[in-house]
Amino acid sequence: MEHIRMPKVENVRLLDRLSSRRAVVGTLYLTATHVIFVENGSETRKETWVLHSQISSIEKQATTATGCPLLIRCKNFQVIQLVIPQERDCHDVYISLIRLARPVKYEELYCFSFNPKLDKEEREQGWKLVDLNEEYNRMGVPNSYWQISDVNRDYGVCDSYPTEVYVPKSATAHIIVGSSKFRSRRRFPALSYYCKGNNASICRSSQPLSGFSARCLEDEQMLQAIRKANPGSDFIYVVDTRPKLNAMANRAAGKGYENEDNYSNIKFQFIGIENIHVMRNSLQKMLEVCELKSPSMSDFLWGLENSGWLKHIKAIMDAGIFIAKVLIEKDWVSFGHKFNHRYGNLDGDPKEISPVIDQFIECVWQLMEQFPCAFEFNERFLIHIQHHIYSCQFGNFLCNSQKERRELKIKERTYSLWAHLWKNRADYLNPLYRSDHSQTQGTLHPQIAPCNFLYKFWSGMYNRFEKGLHPRQSVTDYLMAVKEETQQLEEELEALQERLANLQKSQSGNNKVKNKQQDRSKQFGLYTSNNSLANTPQEYSNDLKSFPSRSPSQGDEDSALILTQDNLKSSDPDLSANSDQESGVEDLSCRSPSGGGCLPSEDSGKDSDEAVFLAG
Amino acid sequence: MEFAELIKTPRADNVVLHCPFHLAVEGTLCLTGHHLIFSSRRQDNAEELWLLHSNIDSIEKRFVGSLGTIIIKCKDLRIIQLDIPGMEECLNIASSIEALSTLDSVTLMYPFFYRPMFEVLEDGWSSFLLEQEFELLSSVTNEWRLSCVNKEFSVCPSYPPAVIVPKSIDDEALRKVALFRHGGRFPVLSYYHKKNGMAMLRSSQPLTGTNGRRCKEDEKLINATLRSGRRGFVIDTRPLAVAQQARAKGGGFEQEVHYPQWRRIHKYIERFNILQESFIKLVEACNDQSHNMDRWLSKLEASNWLTHIKELLTAACLAAQCIDRESASVLVHGSEGTDSTLQVTSLAQIILDPRCRTIRGFEALVVREWLQAGHPFQQRCAQSAYSNSKQKWEAPVFLLFLECVWQIHRQFPCSFEFNEQFLIVLFEHAYASQFGTFLGNNENERAKLKLPQKTMSLWSWVNRPEELSRFQNPLYEANSLVIWPSVAPQSLQLWEGVFLRWNRPSKFLEEAEVERINIIKYNKELQAKVNALRRQLAEMEADEEGREEP
Repeated sequence: MEHIRMPKVENVRLLDRLSSRRAVVGTLYLTATHVIFVENGSETRKETWVLHSQISSIEKQATTATGCPLLIRCKNFQVIQLVIPQERDCHDVYISLIRLARPVKYEELYCFSFNPKLDKEEREQGWKLVDLNEEYNRMGVPNSYWQISDVNRDYGVCDSYPTEVYVPKSATAHIIVGSSKFRSRRRFPALSYYCKGNNASICRSSQPLSGFSARCLEDEQMLQAIRKANPGSDFIYVVDTRPKLNAMANRAAGKGYENEDNYSNIKFQFIGIENIHVMRNSLQKMLEVCELKSPSMSDFLWGLENSGWLKHIKAIMDAGIFIAKVLIEKDWVSFGHKFNHRYGNLDGDPKEISPVIDQFIECVWQLMEQFPCAFEFNERFLIHIQHHIYSCQFGNFLCNSQKERRELKIKERTYSLWAHLWKNRADYLNPLYRSDHSQTQGTLHPQIAPCNFLYKFWSGMYNRFEKGLHPRQSVTDYLMAVKEETQQLEEELEALQERLANLQKSQSGNNKVKNKQQDRSKQFGLYTSNNSLANTPQEYSNDLKSFPSRSPSQGDEDSALILTQDNLKSSDPDLSANSDQESGVEDLSCRSPSGGGCLPSEDSGKDSDEAVFLAG
Repeated sequence: MEFAELIKTPRADNVVLHCPFHLAVEGTLCLTGHHLIFSSRRQDNAEELWLLHSNIDSIEKRFVGSLGTIIIKCKDLRIIQLDIPGMEECLNIASSIEALSTLDSVTLMYPFFYRPMFEVLEDGWSSFLLEQEFELLSSVTNEWRLSCVNKEFSVCPSYPPAVIVPKSIDDEALRKVALFRHGGRFPVLSYYHKKNGMAMLRSSQPLTGTNGRRCKEDEKLINATLRSGRRGFVIDTRPLAVAQQARAKGGGFEQEVHYPQWRRIHKYIERFNILQESFIKLVEACNDQSHNMDRWLSKLEASNWLTHIKELLTAACLAAQCIDRESASVLVHGSEGTDSTLQVTSLAQIILDPRCRTIRGFEALVVREWLQAGHPFQQRCAQSAYSNSKQKWEAPVFLLFLECVWQIHRQFPCSFEFNEQFLIVLFEHAYASQFGTFLGNNENERAKLKLPQKTMSLWSWVNRPEELSRFQNPLYEANSLVIWPSVAPQSLQLWEGVFLRWNRPSKFLEEAEVERINIIKYNKELQAKVNALRRQLAEMEADEEGREEP
């Protein structure tokens, strides 16, 4: 708290990124964990909450006549533009936020104070949801080719690897240790994915410290062991994800890549995925495009191209597809099949400030676009994971290694995101997913090479907070609501059939099962609750502003419009807090009572039952 | 003329057909007067391809030894390749296709020969009459009248015989106004906004010329649509500079001095020849498989196609906003009033009027605002994006409109009764069809060609229950509200269903659509079952009550 110089500022203006006309006045609060903006006046008193850990940059701009602008950019791609009346206040907020956004100790992070009111057992359950060993068991290891090695117990060999590592059976501790000494940060080759069907595997490691000519017998033996672990194949592919030039340059620093002459039976392949610095720049450039105020189509497409972002996404996809092809039966689907498998692995990756994880998430989204029925989860799931990777509200993505996480007692002191997501899993389901659908069977074969046009800009992520830019009706939510109704209908059908059977059997007539219809009215709410989206015209022309064609009496007409009640799901306050609550048009996703999905009017359930009853 | 004269080789065997994403198939190629027919010889898996000659946009031939290859590029943007053994056969076939796909006379077109294989339940030629439209209007307001001043097409050759105009303006005044507007297209009612009684009119540019000619009747006509003391908007689809230049050629715009109650807003919607170039560039980019991501994006950008989409949607939203939010009447025009004007007025109605988002209502909109309003379909759709011949009047004006509807549809996927397929079918039939609906450039020409008597209407076919079911959007829920789309670049996408239709794998997307349909279908079936059971139970219980109570 000592970092907060200015806990509260009044008469702050929050600007709308899309429309300069829509600015709201309110009060800004700084708390130990959040920046909160509360709108003045309006009945809803809309609140915008931003976690300090989400802040990626704060920019204080030149003071103008109206005040001092402060621009807050977040890691979840939210951009908040504030105008603070007094320069001094703005400065204090700025200094406070700079400090709050850069916690020095892990203990300052929100997850150590966040308490979702779960008891100890529930917390432990949450952490058990993802178990790496179980995950490997699912793949079919350990088996006669692969085993768990305890060579890294106490993190003695590699401190960024977990204690339990899967390696080929023929790789002795001596080979592993020897190999590790020949690898950057001692990240020796270890199993990442095993394909039960054909014994193929993916291992990962860091670059070898080969320099221009160095070699290491144990490392060569290690790769040999990996090759032998798949008796069906007499060579292995070594895939270097860097552009060749980068790998070659690294040799000068004593690092490099595997020399095909020294390793028997390897095929070497470079895949030009650029390094994190290039990626960070690329993302930065693309976000600048997203931030443009009313860009022209050309500005946008030119900027998108110039950022190179989609090119990088495609490069990563191509690499994944290459590896998948080599494996023949790489089980892409299972990446998402049970929610979190893949992300569990990511625990091991360093949480560097780089968009690697963003890119992985986007690649999954691009696949979802091409295979709409193949994933059990929906777009919202990916967006919420991305959000929480940076929110630090849950302990999952903290620290750089298992070692650090153990030292910090993350599991005892914080909660697991997976438990949180699991609890709200209904929100994250893809209605088109069926476990018996052909797209969920086996490998997906994404289109590669020339189909550049299949890779699209993901506005749902990068313009996540500009709700006005998104489709106003969500097919996913609509279908989920229909499916839920379907389920209730199935239950009702069963009950009715039972009742009919009883009636036919007994013919005594006194056993009237209470009609289940009453719940129906509640159901309609379901359709409205998901995404009641405000829908008002944008600024289609500047000319309209200056032309007062409207007389004061005309104001009445607007009130004829039904005001929207924003009922965004609050399973995640941070996610919904910034929803746009413009007045305007009533909920559009609502299934109208006259629609086919609801009760047909000629036979409206209980009422007509009663009518017939009375007539009798 | 006998088509047989044009067909030297009516049939060729051992022809191999190549289509993207399909295995090559061997079979027999037949040419008839209106079709190219390919059928694979394999009995078990007989595949047939019927291609209308009028759908063929361009044809290229190549030879390797005696094996000839014909590459056929269609107006619906599909590209197929035929390998034909024998140089002579190949040359004959190529020249026949070339001749048959570029017939000059309209009356030789397929619609004049087509005999439907289905029973006509409702004659589409009389499904959407302006009289019916006027009847609907009369039930909410009596400020308008149906004028038959153009009965003989003598006042405005590109207008239909009947038009809706303000009641206070008589036919004599209309004749005078027609002389003051380009091509005689005097302001007529395009859309009446029931919610607030505001009107959208459309016309062509006023012929003010350089000396600022005026026409009192014209002023009176459009002022008649204003409420007392209120102002209206003129949306000119040309930038101010272009409108000013038009004066030198006798055209012009409404000047403030003579139209003090109107405020002019200039928007920039490209002229038809620029649109055609853009169309060609876009299709080229979509078919170019060689380039990398950067080049794809830069070619997409350079085509300017999405820019046109954005401009057009913006103008339409503006018109809708003036009517609905500013409660002002609107007059829309560009130069001739047959292209960009119709794009804007019809899209504004999609935004404002829920009826236009139903299948029937959308058909009525296409008939009213495009066919009857005199969009020159025959000129604009003579060639598509592959044509090598020098373009004259071709332009994808209607396609742009359809794509804008698709863009709005994408943003409001539950608010339209029809699906994407419906829009694609309209695009196809505008360029090549067995139906006479899109033949001719206006009602005058259609009457002269006796299309209603001699050809079948597209609507007679589309509105059959079997066909309709293919075009229904399973997610549709009537939405009575105005729908405001976003026109930000992030919200607009390339219309893959048209531009990538033939060069992307569609299997997985089709499976997803089937899944969506099944989810809804199952829900409705259950609903029906539950209701039937409820009814049955209620009756049984009532019977029993009856029996119990003496």
